[in-house]
Amino acid sequence: MHFGPHLLLAALEGLVTSAVLALTALGLSLVFGVMRVVNVAHGEFFMLGAVLAWAVSTAISGHPAVGFVAALVIAPLLVGLVALVAERLVLRRLNYNPEGTIVATIGMLYIIQQLALTFYGPEARPVEPPFSYRILLPWFGYSGYKLSVVAASAVLLVITWLVLTRTRIGLIMRATQYDRETAQAFGIPVERVYAGVFAVGAMLAAIAAVLIVPISQAHYLMGQDPLLLSFIVVIIGGLGSLRGTVVAAILIGLSDGIISMFFSPTLAKIIATLVVAMVLVFRPQGLFGATSR
Amino acid sequence: MADKNGFFDLSKTTLSRRTALKGIAAGAGLALAPGFVRYSQAQSSAPIRIGFQSHRTGIGAAYGRWYEKTSAAAVKAINDAGGISGRKVELVIEDDGTDPARGAEVVNKFAKQHKTDIVFGTLFSHVVIGSAPAAGENKIPYFVVSEGHHVASTKLNRYVFQPGITDVKSQIQSMAPWIAANAGKKVTQIFPDFAFGYDHRDYLPPALKAQGADVIAQIAIPPTESSFTKYFPQIPAETEVIYHVMVGPAVLTFVKELGEFYGSQRPQLFGFIDSLEAVDINSPGLEFLDGSHFWEGSPRYAQPDDSAAQKAYRAAVGIDDNGAAVGDPKDVSTAAHMFGCWETLYVVKKAMEDAGYKGPEDRAKLVEATEALKEFAEGPEHPQGPKTFNGKIHQCFGIQNISKVEGGKLKVVHKTKIEDGLYEPEGDYTKQAL
Repeated sequence: MHFGPHLLLAALEGLVTSAVLALTALGLSLVFGVMRVVNVAHGEFFMLGAVLAWAVSTAISGHPAVGFVAALVIAPLLVGLVALVAERLVLRRLNYNPEGTIVATIGMLYIIQQLALTFYGPEARPVEPPFSYRILLPWFGYSGYKLSVVAASAVLLVITWLVLTRTRIGLIMRATQYDRETAQAFGIPVERVYAGVFAVGAMLAAIAAVLIVPISQAHYLMGQDPLLLSFIVVIIGGLGSLRGTVVAAILIGLSDGIISMFFSPTLAKIIATLVVAMVLVFRPQGLFGATSR
Repeated sequence: MADKNGFFDLSKTTLSRRTALKGIAAGAGLALAPGFVRYSQAQSSAPIRIGFQSHRTGIGAAYGRWYEKTSAAAVKAINDAGGISGRKVELVIEDDGTDPARGAEVVNKFAKQHKTDIVFGTLFSHVVIGSAPAAGENKIPYFVVSEGHHVASTKLNRYVFQPGITDVKSQIQSMAPWIAANAGKKVTQIFPDFAFGYDHRDYLPPALKAQGADVIAQIAIPPTESSFTKYFPQIPAETEVIYHVMVGPAVLTFVKELGEFYGSQRPQLFGFIDSLEAVDINSPGLEFLDGSHFWEGSPRYAQPDDSAAQKAYRAAVGIDDNGAAVGDPKDVSTAAHMFGCWETLYVVKKAMEDAGYKGPEDRAKLVEATEALKEFAEGPEHPQGPKTFNGKIHQCFGIQNISKVEGGKLKVVHKTKIEDGLYEPEGDYTKQAL
């Protein structure tokens, strides 16, 4: 294949990775930004979203699009509910202590993963895409659904940004993030905000999973890679910075697509990890993160 | 000095009569205790305990589940027919997490804690390679159903056997003539970047060369990869056959993305069913495989010419004509491999009876009796087909099936002969000390 089409294919693949990564990492970043909780179980909420999407779409017969749309609504809601329960039962009782919550979320990771293995099983199961249109380019074919994932993710990112910057809920969240105690003094129900943010963070991961599941089936171990990549993105972009997360996701996704296509996937991972190390050494707050006060 | 009680006087540390009597009494008490009675009977009627190293979790979990089902069915059949030398057989199952380090721990646990008679198990080649040294150190026979060439390469040790499933080198060698004659002469290989994949990488090119065909590109893919489109530009345009071996849960993505990339203008596809074990061939996205060919150890779908033994085996394990669990058509089995568990357990039975095996002290005898085996006739104990066994390399040889995806089923279109897969032994385990 010639250089031009090759690069185009690499860029398309990278964009799809970026789109899903941006949503997943945004959830992680939101939870850390507002609650100062490093959620190690974030990848498992992603997995849970995919597994529930499979369950919902197989329970509903008829055109695959109907099942998919139902999954896109129901799966994230259920995942949000699970996150809410986890927040109430575990994180709140630990007083959101940073060290304690890391250990607790590691525990949640294993519990969710093993429950999925027990009740869903070890198989990788496919979900039918809502439509399967193959875009025919002169050099190769490409999945129309993949491109629609990029579009859907962009729309969701814009909505999240609008909610955070233009609504009262967003204002309350930002106030809590800025200074928890002052926010509480002004009558903001900080604990309810925390619960909500934790649920929304998990739901963002679940939505990303529902979008990706028609491309790469549901499997109980699928949460590991997104978790690692999300951490990379969040560290590079700056914990708690929405803009940084999106920029870093695009950067990591595209470089992963292009480097792994022209060189090797291992090299892409090496470079991503190296960038993380460099950022931590020279700009610990991330590219767009504010220095801590 | 003040050593009045003689604590440091070595001449006084001899046993007093009282101490000796106490010791003897305690020993006798232990021997009479319930646990000890059972142990002293172990050589006559206590069950033979087989440690089963299973992929219960990790990427091999779908295989593990069906390996357990098949082994349980075989143990039931053996016990119903009177067990091994009149003794019942019992499986002790431990999860290896499809992980080499845990695999070795599990073998140690069987040898030291459960004190099983032998260890039996697992599929993934890296787990077998990681566990084999532990079996050698504990001098406990380790029967694997792994398909890799590692046992037959004689790079493991004298305690490791693979008598129930053929190895990749033999499989490739016996199928290469068919590939060259029917699929195409310019082959691009796609394989997972670990031990099992390397068997394919190393043995396919010479096997095809001998048939006048060539491997024109080899693409290694990390086993945890979840997206494949980025590798496809490496497939040369003149490729006539894509030879794919992709173990892991991502295979559906692989096939789907290959379909999107090529559309209807695709090269021929030849694959190892390993990728699609436990996966419904009619899953959305797999339409692209229609008309392509697969290796199968034992056919997933019931074939018109199935022997009575094959039918009885399928009924005993509980799979229907489509190779799915009876009563749950979505629960697809790992039919192409799991027959190996059934056959291996019958080989263990035969070898134990030949050796006059009584207990762990006879493990060396069991190794020698297994090495002395020559062939296994097709029948209820070996439903996949007849096999020969080479005691020097601890590996069996048998027939292979090439199946075509047709109308949503796998139809066997070619069966190889045992001779097609024979090769010169690369070493001799029997020269190693026991």
